[in-house]
Amino acid sequence: MTLFLQQFVNGIALGSVYSLVALGLTLVYGVLKVPNFAHGALYMAGAYVSYVMLTSFGASYIVAMAVSVVVLAVLGGSMEWLVFRRLEGKTPVHSMIAALGLLFFMEGTADVIWGPTFRQVPTPFDGVVTLLGVNITEQRILVIVAAVVTMVGLYLLLKRTLVGMSIEAMAQDREGALLVGIDTRRVALLTFAISGALAAVAGSLIAPLLLVFPNMGELIILKAFVIVILGGMGSVPGAILGGYLLALAETMAGTYVSFAFSELIAFGLLVLVLVIRPTGLFQKGV
Amino acid sequence: MRLPPARGVALSLLLLTAILFPLLVDNPYLVSVVITAYVTAIAVYGLDVMLGYTGELSLAQGGFFGIGGYSAGILMATYEVSFWIALPAAVVMTAALGYVIGLAALRTRGDYFAIFTLAVGVMIVIIIERWEGVTGGTDGLIGIPPPSSIGPLRFDSLTAQYYLVLFFLVLTIYVVWSLVNSLVGRTFVAVRNSEELARAVGIDAGKTHQLSFVISAALAGLGGALYAVFLGYIGPAMGGVQMTFMMLVYLMIGGVASLAGPLVGTLLVTGLMQFLQAFAEYQMMALGPILVVVIIFFPKGLAGLAKLLPERWRR
Amino acid sequence: MSAPLLRVERLGMHFGGLKAVDDVDLDVPEGEITAVIGPNGAGKSTFFNVVSGFCTPTTGRVALNGVDVTGLAPHRIARLGVARTFQTTKLFPEAEVLDNVIIGRRQHTKSNVLDATLRTKRLRTEAAECRERARQALEFAGVLHLEALPVGSIPQEARKRVAIALALVAEPQLLLLDEPAAGINEEETSGLTALIRKVVQSGIAVCLVEHKMRMVMDLSDRIVVLNQGKKIAEGTPEEIRGDPTVIDAYLGGSSHA
Repeated sequence: MTLFLQQFVNGIALGSVYSLVALGLTLVYGVLKVPNFAHGALYMAGAYVSYVMLTSFGASYIVAMAVSVVVLAVLGGSMEWLVFRRLEGKTPVHSMIAALGLLFFMEGTADVIWGPTFRQVPTPFDGVVTLLGVNITEQRILVIVAAVVTMVGLYLLLKRTLVGMSIEAMAQDREGALLVGIDTRRVALLTFAISGALAAVAGSLIAPLLLVFPNMGELIILKAFVIVILGGMGSVPGAILGGYLLALAETMAGTYVSFAFSELIAFGLLVLVLVIRPTGLFQKGV
Repeated sequence: MRLPPARGVALSLLLLTAILFPLLVDNPYLVSVVITAYVTAIAVYGLDVMLGYTGELSLAQGGFFGIGGYSAGILMATYEVSFWIALPAAVVMTAALGYVIGLAALRTRGDYFAIFTLAVGVMIVIIIERWEGVTGGTDGLIGIPPPSSIGPLRFDSLTAQYYLVLFFLVLTIYVVWSLVNSLVGRTFVAVRNSEELARAVGIDAGKTHQLSFVISAALAGLGGALYAVFLGYIGPAMGGVQMTFMMLVYLMIGGVASLAGPLVGTLLVTGLMQFLQAFAEYQMMALGPILVVVIIFFPKGLAGLAKLLPERWRR
Repeated sequence: MSAPLLRVERLGMHFGGLKAVDDVDLDVPEGEITAVIGPNGAGKSTFFNVVSGFCTPTTGRVALNGVDVTGLAPHRIARLGVARTFQTTKLFPEAEVLDNVIIGRRQHTKSNVLDATLRTKRLRTEAAECRERARQALEFAGVLHLEALPVGSIPQEARKRVAIALALVAEPQLLLLDEPAAGINEEETSGLTALIRKVVQSGIAVCLVEHKMRMVMDLSDRIVVLNQGKKIAEGTPEEIRGDPTVIDAYLGGSSHA
């Protein structure tokens, strides 16, 4: 039972990060209708910015994360401004290829600056809390709590602010949004900035638990795609729920079956979805 | 469908240059660079069949390249099968796998198809890395012998290997050319232009996609197999997503849906990369933005630019 | 009596709670023009999509020459002799006019990859035949002079004619026209009306959805009126003109059909 609870907590912590990454991806998809393959690179960049702030500038963890969020929001926004905006009206294939170009640019840049070495990120939250016989590192607690806070913040942003409502309106009906006077370009820019910020939060939170390296975003982005396809492209609740579910399934499979099997879960789910229902499991039929 | 005479002459000259190249250039390093470009170009033609003519972005092309390479490599190095059996076997194996993967992947189109094939590409690398007993894991597979001789024809010299690879490249270009200029190729393009209309005029869009995907995979398998045999070695990176990315760069720079595009793009970029080898670590950092710029400003690549030249320049 | 060319029985197409097509019967006899009319949202386009195989109906059946084709894929239905055009004139935008029409003949050809790479006699004969047929279809539609132009560069009316040529080149038994006269002027419409009449005279049955009443009244042998997915009237143009239910549906809103 203790093992189960232990793994459950670990799964929730991992799920928090999956959800945050999937959220950024799904928001951008909702607005742009293109899968942003470079999103994993934003997550990687977010982790590196925190790493640099912590190790080179001696910033506190919270400050490091805040800087990372700002930097990545700018980076995300400039992606839209410099690249995707210029591909408006072209086929989705154009945007997808551009996204791949951005992905390899960012990975290549990280590789040039920091090299392919795996880096350990220090955290002040290295204590351990014991609860019901389960040992939880403070960092994991931070991950879980910070993710929930971020999600609540995002929810309030989407539901309570004009900007957020425009994002949702545009995700549902781009032309309609244009007709009611929404500045779709500004909304697209903001959505990318938010997605960058979410990736920064995710990357900064996970960095102390895993290692930081240039390709760290490649596997998680695939998982985020699986989550987003399962939950329905563009769906916010789907991304959150899917993130936690996939992480729990992986953690449990890794504990009770084998590690290799846990890695196959995401891919197996993807095949299953495609075979059963290519448009996504929780999406309404058209 | 027949070539205009001027283009025929130009083509013959090009072919002659390709044939004379290893005789005129007494630089084994340069010859091996061109061989690498040729085998990669074969796979890039495959990518173009799917992306340029059928309109779907397959991100598993690097994975298929790897499967072709490993199939040939394992058959030849581990089981000592002759090249002349291993090569067709590798192509058939890759095509068959492409068919099976296509059954699932082609239930989707566009972005979902790209995501799914990306996942396939990543899974292929993971499997290659994990299946150590067969593939040699992350170390790769060494000791793949050169092709055995047929009668008096020996393939252990660089020049002979050059001609062998050139033969398969020319064959590839011929097959792609005759396909795209036939009713079969028109069917691909019809499906790319409007799947709905294609179906309304009686075209089985599913079968068309499947066919294109299998051809695309087979060409990747051919390129990969030749690559492994020529290098005598194959590692997981050759089947990786980065390989797919490189192929995309070659294709987009050369120009999609054009006959010369894949070859020109591959030769040009591989050549430049060798020339600028001192800056090799900046390769990805540079190619990423180049791809973005090409997509935004020259979506048809060099082939598209060539078409903008005045008519008389082309003839 | 033999079965009619197209017979639609109790056809229903529901999207969730919405009944886009609800219990509709319709026959299209050989050699006639049947029009399907109705106010916006009456279910006409959905009806066409079901008949041509793009949607699988929720209830009912579709039969061609007495053979059940319900739920067959669009390309199968096309190969059984049903051609269609689309409301927003669909063509292959990147190709030339002639190339556009050639592809409509593909369903009658057998050339495969091997024929293409070996450039067999079959491929060459079929390619030449497709080309010839395509030119004939363009001539029939009165747009042969545009054969070498890119589709993107020709006017709207010509595009509609090319779309009809593309449908005809397959030599269908039944032609479904989805608002053929949308977006063209009076004079062009009468030109198109003449073309459609010529199509029927050549032995092809036509079923059309159209908003332009004069064209419908001019052309049709029979008219079927849909409102909110239901068939509310059927008859000759004269009968429909005087039918109070129809007038009510068009004028009195759609609250009580």
